[in-house]
Amino acid sequence: MTLTLLVNCSYLAASVLFILGLRSLAVPDHARRGMNQAALGMLLAIVGTLMKHEIVRYDWIIAGLAVGAAIGYPLGMYVPMTAMPQRIAISHLFGALAATLVGIAEYQLSLHGIGEHGLNSARMAALGFEVLFGALTVSGSFMAFAKLQELVSGRPITYPGQNAMNLSLFAGMVGLLVWLIIDPTQSVLLYVMAGLSFSFGILLVLPIGGADMPVVISLMNSYAGLACSATGFAIGNEILIIAGALDGASGFILSIVMSKAMNRSFRNVLFGAFGTVQTGGPAKTSEGLTVRSVSMEDAALQLTSARKVIVIPGYGMAVAQAQHDLRELGELIERAGGTVEYAIHPVAGRMPGHMNVLLAEAKVPYDKLKDMDDINDEFANADVALVIGANDVVNPAARNDQSSPIYGMPILNADHARSVIVMKRGMNPGFAGIENELFYHQRTAMLFGDAKNTLVALVQHIKSQGVAAAA
Amino acid sequence: MSASGFLELFVFALAACVGYQVIRRVPALLHTPLMSATNAISAISVVGSLVLAGSDRGLLASILGVIAVAAATINVVGGFLITDRMLKMFKRSAPSEAAR
Repeated sequence: MTLTLLVNCSYLAASVLFILGLRSLAVPDHARRGMNQAALGMLLAIVGTLMKHEIVRYDWIIAGLAVGAAIGYPLGMYVPMTAMPQRIAISHLFGALAATLVGIAEYQLSLHGIGEHGLNSARMAALGFEVLFGALTVSGSFMAFAKLQELVSGRPITYPGQNAMNLSLFAGMVGLLVWLIIDPTQSVLLYVMAGLSFSFGILLVLPIGGADMPVVISLMNSYAGLACSATGFAIGNEILIIAGALDGASGFILSIVMSKAMNRSFRNVLFGAFGTVQTGGPAKTSEGLTVRSVSMEDAALQLTSARKVIVIPGYGMAVAQAQHDLRELGELIERAGGTVEYAIHPVAGRMPGHMNVLLAEAKVPYDKLKDMDDINDEFANADVALVIGANDVVNPAARNDQSSPIYGMPILNADHARSVIVMKRGMNPGFAGIENELFYHQRTAMLFGDAKNTLVALVQHIKSQGVAAAA
Repeated sequence: MSASGFLELFVFALAACVGYQVIRRVPALLHTPLMSATNAISAISVVGSLVLAGSDRGLLASILGVIAVAAATINVVGGFLITDRMLKMFKRSAPSEAAR
């Protein structure tokens, strides 16, 4: 009896530490300590569980813990920050896999009358949800991983009748779940449902392109949390319910943030229909418009003599691995007397917050990284807005062209700055294939070339000129 | 539905509300560490896997249990490590620089 009490105390302590840990993420300076407390909570819960009287042999457990730790350590220590989206996607897979397997095993045990739990409808509902969410998260996360790792094409894969196909699959899954709840002894139904759910996960992510991955990853985060909660209901363990609810809430919030930033409705996110390719009306053509290009030397002069520069990094900058050179350029501008801030659009990376991590890794202080809402009014005071590898997130068509597919999407107000320098390879349209009128604006100058090479050249040029003279 | 089952629904609903309120306050700056942190925390499902793997209730339960333990442990170990690795990169401007 005392032992049970002790185990429950460890779970209670862990729940509190988890919530405090997440609470600490509100302030970057406290975040590390808070997460260490959460890790301590995890340790307490694991040690508490190992003392449970149901556990009679430790050989399987030790094997599992050893294998998990051996794979988890390199996944934690050596994965580069640029690969963070696929790293997170694969970890959703592992979490959901654990939930699915526990669900299937617990079902089989209850079916054969082994163990402490019976198989009534309420428990069947929990087990059913666990397997349903688990299986679709396993395959959905794997597809997201494969697309981000470029094992399969990152382009959306669509075919006629796709939505009807997905909807009927989903209806089939729900129908089987209801049938199982009514008659829990039909074990074959559980496996058919798991199979359908697994296929559904693949088909759900198939039509979604690389740039939409932030929504998919957030959604999978939420589903993995729900699978964890359902496990808690099935085995009667409150800490799983709590941790799963926290994970589910986080994924839910991030999905909303991402869908708003991408101009997609919340309904689209919930039903996963966000992959539909938007063809939209005829986009504005570039005919009759001219662009003004600027030489590297002139751009360097403009940047070093500016009092306030706002940098808008996009995924193209991250692909070119130019974040360290960008940070160096920012430092040179500051040494010449200007201030530099970074305007981060919510979908600047391939997952929520990705661009912030990449710039923090390049040693950009976090107080210079500004959210879209915090910096958008600042552009009017900026001498230069420097756009690097970003396109759609600075396209004014989102504000003023109702026929544009991106109309309504929140954008960074680069066009409000006194001058704009856009670093770009050439005049190809962006991911959405839409012309960007910002590039033809009279205050805009194009600095053509590879982002990395151009930044390196700018840094070298400014250094050779001697920034002290400019200050 | 049994009384204890209903109690668990209470726990879920309240935890979801607390989670919503707490996570809403996390700035976009830390959304990637947030996701890896919640991922690590939800790996608490290792608790269920441990019972399955260690309670000697037949070979199927043990095999599924050991795979589940390994999968969840990957997230426990890897999740907390990578969250800490990211969080320690977030630094303020050096005070001397800010004073200028």
